[in-house]
Amino acid sequence: MTAETDTPTASSAAPAARAGRRLPAAMVAWFQAAPLALVLGAFLVLPIIMIVIVSFWGATEYSIYPAFQFDNYEFLFSSPVTYKVFFNTFKYALITWAATLLIGFTVAYFLAFHVRSLTWQIALFLLCTIPFWTSNIIRMISWIPFLGRNGIANSTLISWGVIDEPLEWLLFSDFSVILAFVHLYTLFMVVPIFNTMMRIDRSLIEASYDAGATGWQTLWHVIVPLTKPGIMIGTIFVITLVMGDFITVRFMSGSQSANVGRLISNDIGLLQYPSAAATAVVLLVTVLLVIGILLRFVDIRKEL
Amino acid sequence: MTTISKVRYSRRSLLKTGGAALAASALPAPMVWGQETKNITLRQFGTGVSNLNEVGQKVKEELGFTLEMTALDSDSVTQRAATQPDSFDIADIEYWICKKVWPTGNLQAMDTSKIANYDKIVGIFKDGKLTPESEIAQGTAPHTVGFVPEQGATSFADEPTQWMTLIPTIYNADTLGIRPDLIGRPINNWSELLNPEFKGKASILDISSIGIMDMAMVCESMGEIQYGDKGNMTREEIDATFAIFTEAKQNGQFRAFWKTFDESVNLMASGEVVIQSMWSPAITAVKSRGIPCVYQPLEEGYRSWGGGIGLSKSLSGMELDAAYEYINWYLSGWVGGFLMRQGYYSAVPETSKEHMSENEWGYWFEGKEATGEITSPFGDVLAQAGETRDGGSFYDRMGSVACWNAVMDENQYMVRKWNEFISS
Repeated sequence: MTAETDTPTASSAAPAARAGRRLPAAMVAWFQAAPLALVLGAFLVLPIIMIVIVSFWGATEYSIYPAFQFDNYEFLFSSPVTYKVFFNTFKYALITWAATLLIGFTVAYFLAFHVRSLTWQIALFLLCTIPFWTSNIIRMISWIPFLGRNGIANSTLISWGVIDEPLEWLLFSDFSVILAFVHLYTLFMVVPIFNTMMRIDRSLIEASYDAGATGWQTLWHVIVPLTKPGIMIGTIFVITLVMGDFITVRFMSGSQSANVGRLISNDIGLLQYPSAAATAVVLLVTVLLVIGILLRFVDIRKEL
Repeated sequence: MTTISKVRYSRRSLLKTGGAALAASALPAPMVWGQETKNITLRQFGTGVSNLNEVGQKVKEELGFTLEMTALDSDSVTQRAATQPDSFDIADIEYWICKKVWPTGNLQAMDTSKIANYDKIVGIFKDGKLTPESEIAQGTAPHTVGFVPEQGATSFADEPTQWMTLIPTIYNADTLGIRPDLIGRPINNWSELLNPEFKGKASILDISSIGIMDMAMVCESMGEIQYGDKGNMTREEIDATFAIFTEAKQNGQFRAFWKTFDESVNLMASGEVVIQSMWSPAITAVKSRGIPCVYQPLEEGYRSWGGGIGLSKSLSGMELDAAYEYINWYLSGWVGGFLMRQGYYSAVPETSKEHMSENEWGYWFEGKEATGEITSPFGDVLAQAGETRDGGSFYDRMGSVACWNAVMDENQYMVRKWNEFISS
């Protein structure tokens, strides 16, 4: 995210110089970048620095005190729970990513290449966004009565004769957690992929067909490489959202599974802020590493 | 007793403002004391149970001053009472929180001679005995942290003294809630929570300090662990308890864990869960949807909790007088009746009796059959004529308390283990 915000700094010098002001061009550039830099500094960088600082503090049962100690990290890295929970977080992120990518790509492909008129494209695209007019939490919680033991899904399946006993794993399981994630975050995949697909030059696809490629070959060798930046942006959205989530996991697993977000929220509930901060720092570093690796595959700035 | 203190205000106010009042005699003289009390605001904070807006309104009507109430969860309440004594006047806390907070010196003891109904407060909060024959339960029993030897002392007294730490306000005995229609047989022991018969249909609350006590009741009932004191476990006892529950969790015994009142109601009402730890008003909420639900009395007894109000050390002068007035009013019956009609108990049951109908008193306190419909203070019908309260009378229920909510010496260790249990 910070990478995108840096760009105006470089390109804003020229017009000021042309205006013939006395200020040197470099100064003007600095001034122009200052408001955004200040806002980001105050509301993004400072809080993160604060979190890092607090992660070295100590805590009693009801207060925290400044210190420089590695206790929080030591406990975090020595506990088998941490590894289990991080593994769980990655598992959720990976499965959700695969599912949202598959659905998101299909939906975007349909919108971009099968729907011919722009009016219909816009209309159908807006249709996709309608569920997002309601709150995140409502959309998630409404799954609970649907998937429950006596819920709509189970009673329908029983009345169709597909099953005799209600399926227990539908709710309060990893299945329901991932289902909710996919439902919540697929749009974040659809939007960027659709956006890049719309920019693909249609003559490239015609050329591919003219050269004798099948539909699959065109998809794989022409469309997928050209939609990579969109896929990557969608991936970053989905991965960061899933890795930072705690409320979906809590509600949809019936508090029975944990991811890193829940570990942090439990610590906060017990007033163990330094330990929560340490976990947050480790999570932040992990997510940044993941994004760093992802950006190795596609240079988003170059491709956009 | 309200008039006495008001007279005191009036005398003091007159001394202070007498000259000015004479000089300004042309003005229509207002009731000076009335004006002054109106300007008093007492800031009360506490857990949700007793922080009721109805109480605040009634205080304004009957006593004239303003009571500002803030509801927080019990961890935040503890933190605030321990670290920010100037941010509140009255702390509405549980007795186990008092055990943690009192040593910080942020609360001041109350002079029992100023408490009009002190003699009528039930024995649980004084010598620990409900009746002379009662045995004292494990955990942080209220009387063990209820008194200090003298004003300013930071350690507790072994017996009742003139200085009380908290004035008891509200308490109850908790047990397991069950769906009798889905279970279809009598349930008599805590161990049933882990009975494989209810695999995937049991639940426990995800609040460590209370959940661990329910776990201990279950393990003891199974005959797996004999605790020295459930309210103050050793590390070995904590490890053994979690080992049993982790195994049960991995075998799929639990459908879900709940953290909020509403979640417990929904789990029970939807039939996802048929047996779980529950709170009394949640049972009522399930029943008011027309779904059968029983707050099942169990052979091993109840897990009990109690709350009380304490005064900030920074309270003094007129505000302190107002706080005493508030406490005396609290114990004088209206609040007690209001709480008892929701299924809680009041510290001075006899004064509450005047604020309840004979039918209500018989149902809630004496465990008799209701002679007519029983409704909550908010108008919901809770029971029909002929029904009796689960667990029976006050003496049946409070007489078989097995342990009190507590805070352990190994609390931080327990909390870490709890986190592991949840993520296992």
